[in-house]
Amino acid sequence: MASRKEAVMNAVRNELALTNAQQLMNSANERCYKACITKPGPSLSSSEQTCLSRCLDRYMEAFNIVRRTYMTRLSKERLEDQANVI
Amino acid sequence: MADKFDEATQKELSSFLEKQQAEARLHASIHNFTGICWDKCVTGTPSNRFSRAEESCLSNCVERFLDTSLFMVRRIEEQRAQLENSSEKFT
Repeated sequence: MASRKEAVMNAVRNELALTNAQQLMNSANERCYKACITKPGPSLSSSEQTCLSRCLDRYMEAFNIVRRTYMTRLSKERLEDQANVI
Repeated sequence: MADKFDEATQKELSSFLEKQQAEARLHASIHNFTGICWDKCVTGTPSNRFSRAEESCLSNCVERFLDTSLFMVRRIEEQRAQLENSSEKFT
């Protein structure tokens, strides 16, 4: 029983992690294509590849900055709400 | 087919699922903000690191987006209150 419960929980966790990674890849792909491939040639040039890998790093960094800002804001607002209740 | 989970386990699972759903909603918001703020703040060719300006633009972008959403709600409420007041005067 306990192991079946764990299995359900892990399946849900994996599903969410996968969705999260897919969302990140889809929007990074779209944005980095726009930023780096201005004139599509017969293959990815090495400068395009350099741009793409920098862009992916920056997209992840942007995601982390946004997450940090949002989380800080959420916890600040939660504190203010508590102060208002008291 | 395996047996059903007992009541305690069902409760535990449903609160687990609620938490995971909240987390999924949180992630979806973060993805949404990242897209909006990237489009606004990162305009040049991506370099090896963000400039100070890009970095502060990204976090200001999130804060102002949230301010905007609060402002809009407050504005709508004000307008609704005004409408209620004026209709009271006329009746």
